Amino acid sequence: MSYSDKVIDHYNNPRNVGSMDKSSADVGTGLVGAPECGDVMKLQIKVNRETNVIEEAKFKTFGCGSAIASSSLATEWVKGKTVDEALAIKNMDIVKELSLPPVKIHCSVLAEDAIRAAISDWKKKQESTQPVATAVAQ
Amino acid sequence: MSTDVKIPQQLPVTQHATPQGVKLPIYMDNHATTPMDPRVLEEMLPYFMEKFGNAASRNHSFGWAGEEGVETARERIAKLIGATTKEIIFTSGATESDNLAIKGVAEMYREKGNHIITAVTEHKAVLDTCKRLEKYGYRVTYMPVQKDGLIDLEELKRAMDDKTILVTIMAANNEIGVVQPIAEIGKLCHERGIIFHTDATQAIGKIPIDVNKQNIDLMSISAHKMYGPKGVGALYVRRKNPRVQISAIIDGGGHERGMRSGTLNVAGIVGLGKACAIASEEMSREAVELASLRDRLRDRIMNRLDETYINGSMEHRLPGNLNISFAYVEGESLLMGINDIAVSSGSACTSATLEPSYVLKALGTGDDLAHSSIRFGIGRFNTAAEVDYVADRVIETVERLRELSPLYEMAKEGINLADVKWAGEAH
Repeated sequence: MSYSDKVIDHYNNPRNVGSMDKSSADVGTGLVGAPECGDVMKLQIKVNRETNVIEEAKFKTFGCGSAIASSSLATEWVKGKTVDEALAIKNMDIVKELSLPPVKIHCSVLAEDAIRAAISDWKKKQESTQPVATAVAQ
Repeated sequence: MSTDVKIPQQLPVTQHATPQGVKLPIYMDNHATTPMDPRVLEEMLPYFMEKFGNAASRNHSFGWAGEEGVETARERIAKLIGATTKEIIFTSGATESDNLAIKGVAEMYREKGNHIITAVTEHKAVLDTCKRLEKYGYRVTYMPVQKDGLIDLEELKRAMDDKTILVTIMAANNEIGVVQPIAEIGKLCHERGIIFHTDATQAIGKIPIDVNKQNIDLMSISAHKMYGPKGVGALYVRRKNPRVQISAIIDGGGHERGMRSGTLNVAGIVGLGKACAIASEEMSREAVELASLRDRLRDRIMNRLDETYINGSMEHRLPGNLNISFAYVEGESLLMGINDIAVSSGSACTSATLEPSYVLKALGTGDDLAHSSIRFGIGRFNTAAEVDYVADRVIETVERLRELSPLYEMAKEGINLADVKWAGEAH
């Protein structure tokens, strides 16, 4: 099969590859997929607590070229967005942007899942850190 | 009429040269198909124009010229496999030969029994033919294979019963190149009066095959896997000790002793014959060269990359085959990174089912490693310089993709990936 130019570009020059400290309170980590399925994405976001803006995003992906491109694009898109804006990103936006063929739609679904998983991890951390902070203040 | 056609001496794909003098793209997928040997094409050319006659036209010189080409080819094929000319039936290729052998025996020996034995690692041409026969009331045993890809002869013995009419086990596997103990399987069959068919598509012309020494009753042959043309093949059908009979699946003019009607593909058959003649002459030398190139590729890659695994027996293997899994790297993305090299992957990421290679799964290779596998098929026209180029590109791309792989990172952190609860496991 042939890949779109955008998929090839993301594959050759993936954006925001790397890892952030997953124990940091400001970092949300999403790990989705499974090795047996041939796709695993790890997407991390660093969120400003005051503004809820995603200031940094990193990814690592085990998967085909379309999976790599989908997650690379996802990190580009979430950067600079608020958490709520990032949650509005839909897999079909990724499909459109990368011209993914039908057999590769699952790659975009996984990328959307990764964004959601990272945000939900971050939110969980905020809930659990809040009471601790309150307790200290008292 | 004269044929004034220039024979192309190189691949028609536009190639460009690297500083090392290697022409790109490199073709290293010789299990899928092989380029034609120029000597084969040369032999075929007169049969398109000058000698266009129908080999079945018995009463004029045009027909005789065609028939002569066909009969020379029959002799050459018979010689390569130790058969007689009357035992060679021409077909459109190995898929048809497999269908003809299996369905032909099933119908002919229905009164004797309805049980067929095959193996899970067979080509789909065999597996799907057997599946169809199950719908018609045949019983099929799909034998598992051992970790090295070989079938267990004791288990085969146990699978045989008094209703078994046919055992069909391939000579060499198309994905992992593993060569089955054909002679022993044939012996077990003959001791019990069971017919033995082998799909030798990948083996013919690569390793010695002798239908008598190896107790083969029926054997599928394809031209385009041995530097011949596509669309032509043959079925060997034993005529004595024992005499094997098969029902035709294509009816018509009664060509090929009634077993396969249809006007013969004379030019293609001539090409298959020439490919066999070349193999008879050159196979023993070529096998040594291919094995040496294959080992060179293996050593260069594996000396540099850790956590790479060879799929299938290294000892019982076609000389030109190498199948390796690169842990933590998905096969299709690896292919994308080495897009100036033509090889295949066991990752069926492009298929709707997302199922990786059933052959690798049958060896007990985990799905994750099956997704990470690459099949290299080294052939007659590959060079040592190409092998080195391929190895270096693979190393470079695997290293790059591992840096990109969350699995590699986790493994380096000491996390056992088997213990992780994956979110996508329900897929």
